[in-house]
Amino acid sequence: MLKLPIYLDYSATTPLDPRAAAKMIPYLVEKFGNPASRSHSFGWEAEAAVEEAREEVARLVNADPKEIVWTSGATESNNLALKGAAQFYSGKGKHLITLKTEHKAVLDTCRELERQGFEVSYLDVRDDGLLDLEVFKAALRPDTIVVSVMLVNNEIGVIQPISEIGEICRDRGIILHVDAAQATGKVAIDLRALKVDLMSFSAHKTYGPKGIGALYVRRKPRVRLTAQMHGGGHERGFRSGTLPTHQIVGMGEAFRLARLEMGAENERIRMLRDRLLRGLSDIEQVFVNGDMERRVPHNLNISFAYVEGESLLMAIKDLAVSSGSACTSASLEPSYVLRALGREDELAHSSIRFTLGRFTSEEDIDYTIKLLHDKIGRLRELSPLWEMVQDGVDLSTVQWAAH
Amino acid sequence: MAYSIKVLDHYENPRNVGSFGKEEEGVATGMVGAPACGDVMKLQIKVGKGGVIEDAKFKTYGCGSAIASSSLVTEWVKGKTIDQALEIKNTQIADELALPPVKIHCSILAEDAIKAAVADYKKKHSDPVLA
Repeated sequence: MLKLPIYLDYSATTPLDPRAAAKMIPYLVEKFGNPASRSHSFGWEAEAAVEEAREEVARLVNADPKEIVWTSGATESNNLALKGAAQFYSGKGKHLITLKTEHKAVLDTCRELERQGFEVSYLDVRDDGLLDLEVFKAALRPDTIVVSVMLVNNEIGVIQPISEIGEICRDRGIILHVDAAQATGKVAIDLRALKVDLMSFSAHKTYGPKGIGALYVRRKPRVRLTAQMHGGGHERGFRSGTLPTHQIVGMGEAFRLARLEMGAENERIRMLRDRLLRGLSDIEQVFVNGDMERRVPHNLNISFAYVEGESLLMAIKDLAVSSGSACTSASLEPSYVLRALGREDELAHSSIRFTLGRFTSEEDIDYTIKLLHDKIGRLRELSPLWEMVQDGVDLSTVQWAAH
Repeated sequence: MAYSIKVLDHYENPRNVGSFGKEEEGVATGMVGAPACGDVMKLQIKVGKGGVIEDAKFKTYGCGSAIASSSLVTEWVKGKTIDQALEIKNTQIADELALPPVKIHCSILAEDAIKAAVADYKKKHSDPVLA
């Protein structure tokens, strides 16, 4: 049964998997103990659950459980990783490198580090969204201490060449942090093979609960951080604060399910995504944003030329999607990620991010295809720009009466 | 964004969408806005004897409020003389459609489109004998 609106915004958040929810509930009421309580069974029971979950998170990414630090989510993990490493290693240098297409949790943390006296290089990506390794190598300096590159981009789903970046960083003794919030359950992550020092995780992008995440902190070779949250010395001093047992149990179960099911699930989602792309590609003047090969199967980011963003969202209100519109009308800000891809130069288009997930059905996709065909056609009938282009006018030569 | 019932009605059922042939007698065109600003309106009027607007058509690239403003204007200018059409003010459009403050620019653009179309008409019909 088709249920409207259709949720196609899994990169914003995912529903909690009911199996993870069921596992969490006992830890809210009966098994309420503080995992830090060492003197009674309430504490021991909670601690055992926390450690079991830690093992599950570690197993998904082939790490040692001792390398997993609980946080409140990927934003906190990014803050702890970047500020913690920059401050700890500030005696070695003051320079960091990241990408213009990183998540705000990395970019804004870098801005804060600049205010603290660090220098940050924000690298451009190629027009397919991927980092050019030559550009990266050229940006490295003798005083570079930390590099932060995301594994999977949240807007366009492209997968950055982390393995190669890791080799380059390790050779030079530079700490590599990777934001993997959008990657868990979508791409295989092997931290014994990857030369990554710090990696951020989020539960709620992988069918776990909101408000919980983790930071991977490598032990061999050992990576050190300056703590950002002080208190009772939880998580070996990396992050104080009473552990939210139920949240942690939910994340552990969600990551266990991801490990067991991601192979089959990703194939199913890839088929649906490709069906969506095929279904939309016979509309004229549609453009995919970001590389299609090095990309997670869940993401499709498409620009529709000569259709304004807000009216498009109004037309497709049966779909819960996210818009990185390139228009500058009052309510829609242009996406800085698409701008970094050089999309800003195009005269008029609006882009939609479709992100598919565990509960997306073929019926959802077919409805989406039909709806977009109808609405794009209708809005273009209304569009003077589309008419001009059909008449062979080059819009870049038109003298617009800007207002 | 919450839209008024009237905006939604014009957006769902826009009136007088389309274009006149460029060579048609008495047709004048006003095009205002810019793609970079997120709004482009094209308003065409067909002026008959005595300067009366017999028909009007529009096409708009823009948000729901921009589409509704231009759709409404095509209804309002019909039957008016070009001078009467110039008396339509953006505040009337904004009131009629109950536009929120962030969308007032849509009504201003619609008023500008009328002015541009009338100016185009006058330019094409500036007959020196009658002047």
